[in-house]
Amino acid sequence: MENKLYVSPSPHIHGGDSISKNMYGVLIALVPAFLVSLYCFGLGALIVTAAAVVFCVLFEYLIQKFLMKKEPTICDGSAILTGVLLAFNVPSNLPIWIIAIGSLAAIGIGKMSFGGLGNNIFNPALTGRIFLLISFPAQMTTWPEVGQLTTYADATTGATVLSLLNEGALDKMPTLCDMFLGKMGGSLGEVSALALLLGMVYMLWKKIITWHIPVSIFATVFVFTGIMHLVNPAQYASPLVHLLSGGLMLGAIFMATDYVTSPMSKSGMIVYGIGIGILTTVIRLFGSYPEGMSFAIFIMNGVTPLINSYMKPKHFGGK
Amino acid sequence: MILIAVISLGAIGAIGAALLYATSKKFEVIEDPRIGQVQEVLPGANCGGCGYPGCGGFAAACVKADSLDGMLCPVGGAPVMGQIATILGKEVASAEPMVAVVRCNGTCAARPRNNQYDGVKSCAIASTLYGGETGCTFGCLGYGDCVAACNFDAIHVNPETGLVEVDEEKCTSCGACVKACPKNVIELRKKGPKSRRVFVSCINKDKGAVARKACANACIGCGKCAKECAFEAITVENNVAYIDFTKCRLCRKCVAVCPTGAIHELNFPPRKEAAPAATKPAAPVTDATPKAAEAPKVETKEETNQK
Amino acid sequence: MLRTFRIGGIHPPENKLSAGKKITALAAPKQVIIPLSQHIGAPAQAVVKKGDLVKVGTLIAKAGGFVSANIHSSVSGKVNKIDNALDASGYRRPAIYIDVEGDEWEETIDRSETLVKDCTLSSKEIVDKIAAAGIVGLGGATFPTQVKLMPPPGSKAEIIIINAVECEPYLTSDHSLMMEKGEQILVGVSLLMKAVNVNKAVIGIENNKPDAIAHLTKLAASYSGIEIMPLKVQYPQGGEKQLIDAVIRRQVKSGALPISAGAVVQNVGTAYAVYEAVQKNKPLFERVVTVTGKAVANPSNLLVRMGTPINDLIEAAGGIPENTGKIIGGGPMMGKALISAEVPVTKGSSGVLLLTKEESVRKPMQDCIRCAKCVNVCPMGLNPAFLMKYTVYKDWDLAEANYIQDCIECGSCSYTCPANRPLLDYIRSGKGKVMGIIRSRKS
Repeated sequence: MENKLYVSPSPHIHGGDSISKNMYGVLIALVPAFLVSLYCFGLGALIVTAAAVVFCVLFEYLIQKFLMKKEPTICDGSAILTGVLLAFNVPSNLPIWIIAIGSLAAIGIGKMSFGGLGNNIFNPALTGRIFLLISFPAQMTTWPEVGQLTTYADATTGATVLSLLNEGALDKMPTLCDMFLGKMGGSLGEVSALALLLGMVYMLWKKIITWHIPVSIFATVFVFTGIMHLVNPAQYASPLVHLLSGGLMLGAIFMATDYVTSPMSKSGMIVYGIGIGILTTVIRLFGSYPEGMSFAIFIMNGVTPLINSYMKPKHFGGK
Repeated sequence: MILIAVISLGAIGAIGAALLYATSKKFEVIEDPRIGQVQEVLPGANCGGCGYPGCGGFAAACVKADSLDGMLCPVGGAPVMGQIATILGKEVASAEPMVAVVRCNGTCAARPRNNQYDGVKSCAIASTLYGGETGCTFGCLGYGDCVAACNFDAIHVNPETGLVEVDEEKCTSCGACVKACPKNVIELRKKGPKSRRVFVSCINKDKGAVARKACANACIGCGKCAKECAFEAITVENNVAYIDFTKCRLCRKCVAVCPTGAIHELNFPPRKEAAPAATKPAAPVTDATPKAAEAPKVETKEETNQK
Repeated sequence: MLRTFRIGGIHPPENKLSAGKKITALAAPKQVIIPLSQHIGAPAQAVVKKGDLVKVGTLIAKAGGFVSANIHSSVSGKVNKIDNALDASGYRRPAIYIDVEGDEWEETIDRSETLVKDCTLSSKEIVDKIAAAGIVGLGGATFPTQVKLMPPPGSKAEIIIINAVECEPYLTSDHSLMMEKGEQILVGVSLLMKAVNVNKAVIGIENNKPDAIAHLTKLAASYSGIEIMPLKVQYPQGGEKQLIDAVIRRQVKSGALPISAGAVVQNVGTAYAVYEAVQKNKPLFERVVTVTGKAVANPSNLLVRMGTPINDLIEAAGGIPENTGKIIGGGPMMGKALISAEVPVTKGSSGVLLLTKEESVRKPMQDCIRCAKCVNVCPMGLNPAFLMKYTVYKDWDLAEANYIQDCIECGSCSYTCPANRPLLDYIRSGKGKVMGIIRSRKS
C-alpha cells in the first residue's frame, strides 16, 4: 500500500483548543479595560502598553532564539499577554526605559529562567511589576490624574483611593460610582471595575477561566474588610471601596487566574482565592504598602504546588 | 538591656545545643563504616544493575554477605569487585564480563513499514497499542526506551537502520535496557574472548514464510544452524533459533549456513575469501579460518548467501 | 432539566452522518476469518478442524474459561484452516478461516420475522441460553454477558440499565437498531430483567436521538417496569459508571463493580442479541456496524456477518476515499486505529470510521500550561496532567495514590488539551503498570 495508514492511540479527534486561542481570548477580554484606560490616560496609556508589549515579545524572541536555542514561540500570544498585563499594572507616565527593565524582569526572570511558558512558578507580569515596585518605588507609586489625554511623562499626578485610605483621608474619596466606572487615579488597566468585569464575563463565557478564583477572592476581601469596617467604620473603609479600588479587580480576574501559576483543582482554586483575599486585606489594612494584591498573588503562586498536592479534584465515587 | 539580650540568647543557644546533642545520641544510627568505604569505590551510577537499590544498597549487601559469590557490580566489573574484596577481606568471585546485545536486524531496508505510528514516541506505549509499524511484531520498534534508560550513553538509535546499537566500549551490562525494552529484544550475553561472539539477531516467532515476508533478515526457524552446530548450542523453538552462549564455541559454522543472515558474528578478524554479506552485520560475513580461542577447525567452503 | 453524570464530560461534534439510514444486510463474503478471541477473557477453543462443513450458527469454538464466550460460524461452508490472522492491533492471533458455500442455516434458528413476546424459561435457563449463544457486551467492551448476569454472592441487582446513549460521535448502529427493532429490544430487556430477577429497567438515551426516545417510549407503555430516560448529551455517558451515575445518581466506588450500586448495565445491542438468542435460538454471529466518515460517499448502517473483512464494509459504503489517513474500528474517541482494512469484523466492532489525512495527524505537543481543562473534563475526577507526569517519571506510588487505575480511557483529557498533549497515551501505559503492581500485590 503506497498510502500508509496512520496508527495512534485513541482519542482520534481533538477539540481544536490551543494555547494561543486561550491567550488571545484573554487579550480580547482585556480590550474593554484598555479602552477605558485610553479614555482616562490617553497617550500615556497607549505608549506604555505598546512599549511593554514590544519589549516583552522582543525579549522572549531573543532569549528563545539565542539563549535557549529553540524555535521562538512568540506567536502563541503569551508574551503579548505578559506585556499587556505588565503595562496594566504600572502608572501611565512610566518612562520607557523602566518599562524595558520591567519587561526583561518579567520575561527573563519570571518566565524564561524557569524554562518558558508552563514551567514558571510565578506570574511573569507580576514578577516584572514587583521588580519595578521595589526598584523604582517613586515612579511606581505616583499615578497621573484622570483625564490628561495628550500628556505622557509630564502628566500631573495625584493620590489614589488606596493611598488616601492609607493616610486615613477618608473624606477625599471619590464616589463608589466613579470608582466602578473608572474615574479615579491608578495603574492604567486597573481603574474601571466595570470594564474588568466585562472581561471576566467574556472569559467565563468562552470557558477560558472558571469562576472559582475571582469569586473566592472577592468574597474573602468583602467579608474580611466588612468585618473590619463594622468594627471601626472610621478607620476602615467599606468593603465596596476595597473591592473597587486598586488592583483588586485586575488582579483577581486576570493575574490570579493565570493558568500556569494557579492550582488545578476547584477546591484548590478556592483555597488559593481565599489566601489571596486574606493576604491582600492584611497588607492593605495593616501593612506599610497601600496595595497588597501583587504581593498576595505572588505569595500564593509560591504556595500553588503545595495546594496542588493537597487539594485533589473531587474523585468519582468518593475516597 | 544588652546584657538581657545576650543572656537570653545564650541560654536559648545552650538549651538548643543540649537538646540536639541528646537527640543525636539517643537516635544515633550506628552504621558499619565499611559500607561507606565500599560505596566510595563503587561507580555511583545507582543503575540497579546489581539487583540492589542503588550503590548504597549494594554496598550494604556486600558488607552483610558472608561471601562475595554472586555479587557483581556489572559497571565496575572485576576491578571494583577486587577493591571491595580487599576492603572486606573476602574472596572475590570471578565473573564473566557481559554485554547487551540487540537481537533484531530488521533494518528499514529489510523490514518495510506498512503503517505510520503517530502516537507518543515510546516503545512501551506503542507496544501496548499494537504490533508496530512493520509486519514483524517482535522486533525493535526504534523509539528508544532503552536509550532513555541507559545511564552510560552506551546505546543509540541508528537513524539509517532504525535500530538501536550498543556501544560495547561503554556498555556496563547493567541490564537497564533489557528491562526497558517491552519487546525483550535486548539480551545480556557473554562478551566473549576479545569481544568475539555469535548470536541470532532475531526473535521473530512467526512461521518462516510470515516472518520472511515481514522482514528479509528474519530468522525463519529453518534449523540449518542447529544441524550444523557440533556443540548443541543452538535450539530452534517457536520458529526461532537461539544460541546458548554458555555452550557456543564460536566456530561460526552457523553464521555461514544461515539463509537470511540472521546470525551475526562480531569482532572476528576478516575471513580470507571475502564474500558479500547478506546484510550489514558489524563484521563482514566471510569464509575464513577463525583465529578465536577455543574455536575448532572450520571448513572453508560455505555459502553465506543461499538464495 | 435532563440528567447526565455529575463530574466532567465533554461534548464533541456529534457528526452522526449515518443517522436515519436503514439497516442493510451485507451479503456474506467469499471467506470469513473468525478470530478465537473476540471478547475480554480467555480465548475460545476451536471445536472444528480443517475440512469440516459448518452451517450458519454452528458452534465452532467453545468458551475457554469462566470469563469467555462461545463463537459460532457466521456463514455456511467449509473450514479452510485454523491459523494465525492479523487482528486489529497488528498482532497475529488464532482464527478460523471458513470458505463460504451457499447460505444454509442451522435448523434450530427461527428465521421468521414474527415477534415472540412470551417466555416461559426460568432465569437460569435464560442465562444458559445467553451463554450458549456466545453473547458479549456489544457496546465495544465485549465482556461476556452471562458473567455480568450472575452477580457475585452477597450482591443483589436492583435495576437493569440499558445503555442506549451511543455517546461516541459518528456511530449510529444502536440508534438504527432502536428505530427498527424497538419491540425486540424491549422483549430482550424484559428477558434480562427476568434473568437477574429485577422488576425495573431504565433505557438511557441521549437527547440527540428524539425519534428513538419517542418510538421506544410509545412501545414501552405495554411493557411493565421499563422506563425510557432521555439524557443530556455528554461524552462519555456510555461509560458504565457514568451511566449509573446519570440514571440512578449512585457513584460506584473506586475498584468496585457496578453491582455494588445495585445496577447491571447492558448495551441496547446486547438486549437485541439476547432477544434473538432466547426467543429465536439465534446465536451471535452478525451485528450492525456503522460505516462512516466525512469523506465516505455513502455512510451507512450495515448488518454484517462476523469475520467479514472491513474492506467489504467500506466498499459497500462507497469505497475507500482518496485521502484516507486513518481507519478506526469503533468511534473516534475510544476506537482503535487499524493497520489495514483486511482485519475482520468481530463482536466488538460497533463502527468503522474513516478519517481524512488532515483529520488523522496529531498536532505537535507543547508544554503543559496547567490550565486544568483536563481536570475539568475528566469524568472520573482525576488530574490527567499530573497522572501523565507521574507516568513519565515512573512514580507508580503517586500514580496509584491518585487513582490512575480508575481511568476509563475515555480520552476526554487528550481531546481537550490546548497544548495537544497525549495525556491518555501516557496514562493508559501508567495505568497498565499500576494495575500490574496491584495484581502482583494481591497474589
